[in-house]
Amino acid sequence: MAQPLSIAVVDYEGGNLASAARAALRAAELSGRNASVIITNEPAAVRQADRIILPGQGAFADCARGLEAIPGLKDAILQAVAKGTPFLGICVGMQLMAERGLEHGVTEGFGWIAGEIAPMDAPGLRLPQMGWNELELLQPHPLTQGLGSAPHGYFVHSYALRNTTEDTLLASADYGGRVPAMVCRGNVAGTQFHVEKSQTVGLKILANFLAWQPEATL
Amino acid sequence: MLKLRVIPCLDVKNGRVVKGVNFVSLRDAGDPVEQAAVYDAAGADELTFLDITASHENRDTILDVVSKTAEKIFLPLTVGGGVRTTDDMRRLLLAGADKCAMNSAAVARPDLINEAARKFGSQCVVVAADARQTGPGQWEIFTHGGRTPTGINAIDWCKQAAERGAGEILLTSMDRDGTGSGFDLDLLRAATQAVRLPIVASGGVGTLDHFVEGARAGATGLLAASVFHFGQFTVAQVKQALALAGLPVRPSPAPFQVSQTS
Repeated sequence: MAQPLSIAVVDYEGGNLASAARAALRAAELSGRNASVIITNEPAAVRQADRIILPGQGAFADCARGLEAIPGLKDAILQAVAKGTPFLGICVGMQLMAERGLEHGVTEGFGWIAGEIAPMDAPGLRLPQMGWNELELLQPHPLTQGLGSAPHGYFVHSYALRNTTEDTLLASADYGGRVPAMVCRGNVAGTQFHVEKSQTVGLKILANFLAWQPEATL
Repeated sequence: MLKLRVIPCLDVKNGRVVKGVNFVSLRDAGDPVEQAAVYDAAGADELTFLDITASHENRDTILDVVSKTAEKIFLPLTVGGGVRTTDDMRRLLLAGADKCAMNSAAVARPDLINEAARKFGSQCVVVAADARQTGPGQWEIFTHGGRTPTGINAIDWCKQAAERGAGEILLTSMDRDGTGSGFDLDLLRAATQAVRLPIVASGGVGTLDHFVEGARAGATGLLAASVFHFGQFTVAQVKQALALAGLPVRPSPAPFQVSQTS
């Protein structure tokens, strides 16, 4: 039997790690894939993983600081991504892929995706955006295959990506304007919504991520 | 477009469901995990567990329930009841809860809201406000299951919760709870006008129209226990009623499709 696909869920005290790990395992199981998941903050484990998942909850600045507080962890992610390891950021994990965040001061992100994370405007609507919103798929992509009609994702956020480039956007949602919901460039992808809490839609995206063979490296 | 959330609530005591959906098909109607799976399949948009375990020794039973549920159900899960400290919250979040609802403890020490928001982020901090009408356009916060008056104006409390960093308010009308006479719409309107946070309406639904009224009064989440428990309505019927009234609901997601290529 082939070696199981190793998935590293990055632990930097930044989110609901257990849910992301459980959902990744369930996605593997549903798609008949042999996979192992570790929740880890070890740079070596991150470098060796076949897939990297970066969850994230709370404020951009806190998450960015949390990541940098663990020696070698951010570098390990950068090295893994540079050698082509597929990466998935969830919620603030996705936001960290942008150039900078404006929550609690200006903080640098990975800079993989153009744009910044800014407070949402959403005139006349509740903030945070909390709940299920329909995903508009903007371009065909292996990560968004097989989601069925009118797929919805579960969102919880009051900051969102803005000023990004059109070609990085895989999906958007409408909340008082177009909100980036899913981004991808090379071998890095991210979802503003919680794939681990989006029932079969989220599990399918995770399964697609596990099967993903990116055509290009960032 | 964001959809309204239909949220079944399960009352859990010593790790067992005491008020949940009463389906004959269930092998064990007291098993919260089985109950949660039924609601998951029925199209619920979130689930809430209300832990009503009285004795301190059995408090940890809820952790096991949450953990087993989160292994199977990939839906947002809120847990309320007995959340007194940020340590309580941490244990629930690690077990797999997405949000924790704090009630009496937040009233007793409002800084708990700030601490929780700072530690875990506002997205998982729900302030559960139990309100009773005291006069026209006046509501007061009660604690301990609606028995203890606090003298706190309910609308002021909602504002304070928002300022302190709550991410959501679960607003229960203690006057309507268990009556089946509908949400307290004046209370909902007053609260939704006072704060920008999402508000989950709770207490009083007895008919499908009551869900529609709650949504029109500004609630973006609609929570109910008894109507589901006693099999009066299914989640699908509630969603259909909302859709017929022109309100946005999420269709049931397609089953997981295994790709040929993967």
